[in-house]
Amino acid sequence: MAELSFREAIAAAIAQEMARDPMVYFIGEDVGAAGGVFKATVGLFERFGPERVRDTPISEQAIIGAAMGAAMTGLRPVAEIMFSDFLATCWDMVANQVAKTRYMTDGQVSLPLVIRTANGGGTRFGAQHSQSLENWGMSVPGLKVVAPSTPADAMGLLAAAIRDPDPVLFFEQKSLYGVKGEVPEGEHVDRLGSAKVLRSGKDCTIVALAAMVPRALRAAEKLEDLDIDATAVDVRSLVPLDTRTILGEIVKTGRLFTVEENPRLCGWGAEIASIAADECFDDLDGPIVRITTPHVPLPAADVLEDVAMPSVERIIETVRKSMR
Amino acid sequence: MSTQVQKPQAADVDRPTRLRLYQLMVELRDFEQRAYELFLENLVRGTSHLALGQEAISAGYAVAMRADDYTFCTYRGHGHTLARGASMAAAMAELLGRGNGMLHGKGGSMHLTDVKHGAMGSYAIVGAHLPIAAGAAWSAQVRKSGQVSVCFFGDGTTNIGAFHEALNLAVIWKLPVVFVCENNQYMEYTPIRSVTAVEHPAADRAAAYGLQPILIDGNDADVMYEAARHTIGKAREGGGPSLVEALTYRHGGHSRADPAKYRPDAEVREWLDRDPVKRYRERLLAAGIAEAEVNEIDTRAQQKVDAATEEARKGAPARVDEIERQVWSDGGAAWRN
Repeated sequence: MAELSFREAIAAAIAQEMARDPMVYFIGEDVGAAGGVFKATVGLFERFGPERVRDTPISEQAIIGAAMGAAMTGLRPVAEIMFSDFLATCWDMVANQVAKTRYMTDGQVSLPLVIRTANGGGTRFGAQHSQSLENWGMSVPGLKVVAPSTPADAMGLLAAAIRDPDPVLFFEQKSLYGVKGEVPEGEHVDRLGSAKVLRSGKDCTIVALAAMVPRALRAAEKLEDLDIDATAVDVRSLVPLDTRTILGEIVKTGRLFTVEENPRLCGWGAEIASIAADECFDDLDGPIVRITTPHVPLPAADVLEDVAMPSVERIIETVRKSMR
Repeated sequence: MSTQVQKPQAADVDRPTRLRLYQLMVELRDFEQRAYELFLENLVRGTSHLALGQEAISAGYAVAMRADDYTFCTYRGHGHTLARGASMAAAMAELLGRGNGMLHGKGGSMHLTDVKHGAMGSYAIVGAHLPIAAGAAWSAQVRKSGQVSVCFFGDGTTNIGAFHEALNLAVIWKLPVVFVCENNQYMEYTPIRSVTAVEHPAADRAAAYGLQPILIDGNDADVMYEAARHTIGKAREGGGPSLVEALTYRHGGHSRADPAKYRPDAEVREWLDRDPVKRYRERLLAAGIAEAEVNEIDTRAQQKVDAATEEARKGAPARVDEIERQVWSDGGAAWRN
């Protein structure tokens, strides 16, 4: 095992796949010599050169369009959209073109491409650089949606996304970039569509994604002091969704809490709540409770942003009240 | 600033090529005409955008392309797709929503695609396919395959952001892509001149990307073929992208819902006089090609369209089990376990 930061793990995954497969190319704004504005791709330009690691203009439609045209014709591109908020400027490419072309052409076209993007809040950037948009991707048929929470998962799931024959939206939560963790030595490839049970309890199941995972885990640990024994599940991948693992854990505890960074309406947890209500209603011992950011644009000031996003304390308090 | 229409270059197109250009134009004309008739019979559902009057552009480029070159086109894409060699019966069946359709009923009129023949798709959001065509050209460039990507779009596209993003990227990366603007004078129902800052929506903007303005008669198959040879050749030799504006006219409305009553009668008459098929027929006869030979091409085209129509009409409705097929590469649509 080696200790890597989340951002180093991202670079390691791209390097691993570029070294393995000469058809893997990487494009985006400031990704070349600059190494990315979040320094998540440092060293790739030096190692693989300006043809395979290529700077683009600030042209998000051109970035995704070019990646799509290349993916249709033999390359396996990784395209970076600097902030996930900028997906709004190229959502036609993502939602109408990348997601639908395989289906509309009845499989004549394959689109093995990864769109990496820095996602989420906690950095005081304000409402246009802090959104948690994984549920946008989840709502469009034809896109796989992945959001890791640890350096090991970042590396393994990104490698799996690059090898996947279908388009993957890969969300990297910005506040996680500096987090360090153990990553397996040598080649590391994980599996899309597999959730991870991080902690097993008997009283309730807390399901979380990306930066909400460490918060859910800390909350679960502290809930022990209140005699609440909580399971914590890292969803890791929204599409494909590992409902088997998630429902399995809900059934064991009889209670479900979701912890979502996205604003309230149509967050990913609503889909999981709906599936749970539909498929394991008889196993539930109480209401399903969603813990989310309120339905507001995320404010910039630290005190406001911290209160808006689900915190360890809010998770504990919500679970405690609901379990009383 | 306004660009001048460039005169035909020395049109020394050889006889077999001319016959091929004529044959393709007649086939595309007859196909579109038949598609229109099938609407009137209420056999074509949904919408459809016919390219009646714009055949010289499809034919000129298709004849000049290498078999493995890429075509990207718009929802007005029946002609461009068929011109690459796609099955006419499969295209017609797709319009009719039949199971024997080119896309098994999942794409419809606006998305005809035949990758085997280099027809990389018909894209129904204005502007989207320009960056995608640039991407295919990027792939050809780094794979050193020698392929060229040709991207057809309408005049309305020149006012959307993706047009400008794609042109800039293609120029800075020197991509083997040819952008062909089919200026049929109307963006949907509105005259393009009334909503565009320059007179020639594509050609007058070429200089902004360091490209030569190319403004040509899109209703002249020889002119289109020569422009295609020149621009595709340049791209293939590493000379980078071109932007071509071909002046043309839709004989009908924007889509099936549009009777095109907003167009002045005199303008319509003037353009009908410049019908690319009629004009080219006259040119072949003037060049000494026997009328019987030309008539034979006309007859065969009719027969081909008749046979395609018959085969399409025989098809069963699209199969319901197609709904959950081919979302993913494993052939299925599963989003959970």
